[in-house]
Amino acid sequence: MASTMLSIASATPSASLSMHEKLKGKVKLGSTTNSTAGFIKTKSFGRVSMVAAVNVSRFEGVTMAPPDPILGVSEAFKADTDEKKLNLGVGAYRTEELQPYVLDVVKKAENLMLERGENKEYLPIEGLAAFNKVTAELLFGADNSVLKEQRVATVQGLSGTGSLRLAAALIERYFPGAKVLISSPTWGNHKNIFNDARVPWSEYRYYDPKTVGLDFEGMIADIKAAPGGSFILLHGCAHNPTGIDPTPEQWEKIADVIQEKNHIPFFDVAYQGFASGSLDNDASSVRLFATRGMELLVAQSYSKNLGLYAERIGAMNVVCSSSDLAARVKSQLKRLARPMYSNPPVHGARIVANVVGNPALFDEWKAEMEMMAGRIKNVRQKLFDSLSAKDKSGKDWSFILRQIGMFSFTGLNKAQSDNMTNKWHVYMTKDGRISLAGLSLAKCEYLADAIIDSYHNVS
Amino acid sequence: MAMRSLISERVSCRSSVLGARWMSSWWRNVEPAPKDPILGVTEAFLADPSPDKVNVGVGAYRDDNGKPVVLECVREAERRIAGTANMEYLPMGGSVKMVEETLKLAYGDNSEFIKDKRIAAVQSLSGTGACRLFADFQKRFHPDSQIYIPVPTWSNHHNIWRDAHVTQRTFHYYHPGTKGLDFAALMDDIKNAPNGSFFLLHACAHNPTGVDPSEEQWKEISYQIKAKGHFPFFDMAYQGFASGDPERDAKAIRIFLKDGHLLGLAQSYAKNMGLYGQRVGCLSVLCEDEKQAVAVKSQLQQLARPMYSNPPVHGALIVSTILGDAELKKLWLKEVQGMADRIIGMRTALRENLEELGSPLSWKHITNQIGMFCYSGLTPEQVDRLTNEYHIYMTRNGRISMAGVTTGNVGYLANAVHEVTKST
Repeated sequence: MASTMLSIASATPSASLSMHEKLKGKVKLGSTTNSTAGFIKTKSFGRVSMVAAVNVSRFEGVTMAPPDPILGVSEAFKADTDEKKLNLGVGAYRTEELQPYVLDVVKKAENLMLERGENKEYLPIEGLAAFNKVTAELLFGADNSVLKEQRVATVQGLSGTGSLRLAAALIERYFPGAKVLISSPTWGNHKNIFNDARVPWSEYRYYDPKTVGLDFEGMIADIKAAPGGSFILLHGCAHNPTGIDPTPEQWEKIADVIQEKNHIPFFDVAYQGFASGSLDNDASSVRLFATRGMELLVAQSYSKNLGLYAERIGAMNVVCSSSDLAARVKSQLKRLARPMYSNPPVHGARIVANVVGNPALFDEWKAEMEMMAGRIKNVRQKLFDSLSAKDKSGKDWSFILRQIGMFSFTGLNKAQSDNMTNKWHVYMTKDGRISLAGLSLAKCEYLADAIIDSYHNVS
Repeated sequence: MAMRSLISERVSCRSSVLGARWMSSWWRNVEPAPKDPILGVTEAFLADPSPDKVNVGVGAYRDDNGKPVVLECVREAERRIAGTANMEYLPMGGSVKMVEETLKLAYGDNSEFIKDKRIAAVQSLSGTGACRLFADFQKRFHPDSQIYIPVPTWSNHHNIWRDAHVTQRTFHYYHPGTKGLDFAALMDDIKNAPNGSFFLLHACAHNPTGVDPSEEQWKEISYQIKAKGHFPFFDMAYQGFASGDPERDAKAIRIFLKDGHLLGLAQSYAKNMGLYGQRVGCLSVLCEDEKQAVAVKSQLQQLARPMYSNPPVHGALIVSTILGDAELKKLWLKEVQGMADRIIGMRTALRENLEELGSPLSWKHITNQIGMFCYSGLTPEQVDRLTNEYHIYMTRNGRISMAGVTTGNVGYLANAVHEVTKST
């Protein structure tokens, strides 16, 4: 259709600002009271025949957003036609054949659900009750006093991301000005979540590049230095992206300093079961804090450990000092969720409830969990062996064995990571993180070659 | 903050579980939230032990036995999907196939806008998620803009734009006297709003009133909105549910498209495909050209990423399976028609029952109004009587969900309504 674009006298709104600028309120976007309509009318009233004309868009000034640093990797991988390509970007588990894996227990649960022919009615805002019950039990242990005393507000959330976002919104509403401390480095989306929720954040030291291990002194010092009553974001197990977890003794000391400063511990538990292979062991950091009687926040995700990535199933748990408080907090979490998505999706919640709530399926799940974690441990070993054998420089690669969970922080910088992709068609995130879940034993030698080349020949 | 200084004065200690009880909580200033006006009704209904209870609260379709319905096309789609798909993350923008089919429903199978790739569209968490994404997008790129919301509207619209920090204004819509559209006041409000305001419009089957503009009225609304350079944002939660024909129900949107508006649109499959709990919907924004559509889509994705990363797959698979298969799509259209027909039948029955009871009031509006809801005109006090004396549950604005009315309860409902209104 013929369109007539009239020029506009006023300036169009400016291009997209960085979140940082927006939060500081530095720049005011252009006023919207100027008319941006451009059209020609042939009659003034009644039956109008309008010359077909296209308005200039209100979103003329919208610029292209940068590709997501993590999810964008998979998109780039898909576009690559080289047969040697390897996707070590997103943390999604792959079999040795590098195929996605749907757990047997999940298939069984879905069949049960199909046979039962359940309806698709709205869940309550807080999600499926059966799911909320089993997810809290899985996290804290069914016998935990926090559950017996009904002190935990549990709300089904849109996987880890959605659960974190709910908590961030709660913090913004009830603790305006309170800061969240996040580890340096951390999962890329943490910053986006707190930015969009308008919660200020700063970093605590975590990764020590010299030792490729934990900068424990730095971590404790930074937590101590934060204003009292800050929220400290901790990875419950299998730290993303580094794979470096505190030891049990270190966890005790972290709890000490958090209590001393009256901070609130805020756990992100995305890999329960994936770190050590044991669901209970992987929850020990959270349980330690709960046992001390501390109030805490815990986000959970079933994306990885039950392979339910796209079903978006997780939970937000807030441990309070009384059941009355837990009830109130739960009601406010609901009030935040309602204008975001009204109520959460049912399918993934039912799968989890069926698996975790059924003793036979639960045992099967534990076995599958051990199998997945076991495969990753084997791949770590093989990669280490390949690197040690091929690298004649004497560099110590044993940090790969000490790291835990799905990821390895290779220590490669951005230029070296780019070399991995551009020369070797190995896709990873620019912070040097590789997802071992996407690596097969068969490809370890190729990967070792790529890493050695990038590390030594690129600066 | 008083709370924080109080806390910092506490003696710190390594607390035992006992210690936690006397330690001040972080959450002491958290008040219990008020019950959601709509979803709270169902909670109260479920708690009622009376055998006569009737739920005409939440807008979820029920069959003539008052039972939730899973459409046959949905069951078949699920059987076909079972065991075939993996559960890998969808892209941030959701299922491409599902979005394609969804745009065809709204914009037309042969829409030039689809061919020209001018529509920025992402899968969303049903209608709520689509509205919220748009509200956040509006705030990010037009932070000083305001949204004009009709009076009345679905209550969650206010929550959504409020939590997105967008200034809200209202415009006249429902005329309590006629129980129809207050067209003159509506047009005045459009004219008087500052140029370039954002207007929220219900594409069909207005919630909660069931009052829709006529085709002629839509044309005039479109004209006036264009004259003022306003941005029209449509919430279409009931396509197919109003008349039974999805093409017919998209009429308002097609009028606006023909007039050259670059509109925004929230679509939901909660009602018309009965996928309530699956949370499947779509947000689209019509742009000037493909380049702009790509940019806008990227920004919508960037808003979605820190909210939920990527949308849930199961419901999207059901939708694309159904709409992508000629047989299943035909079955779906038949089932949607069936649901709409049953509701239209119940409207007639309710009105006739009330007239036969000799009600002094006019109940014409029951059959004039369209879609799932009837704005009865009952006062909050009358609604309370219906609940307390007759165990009939509805929202206090007098909105009756006709989907909850059956041949089994329409007589009881009519009688109760008559009893509480006969002395009006």
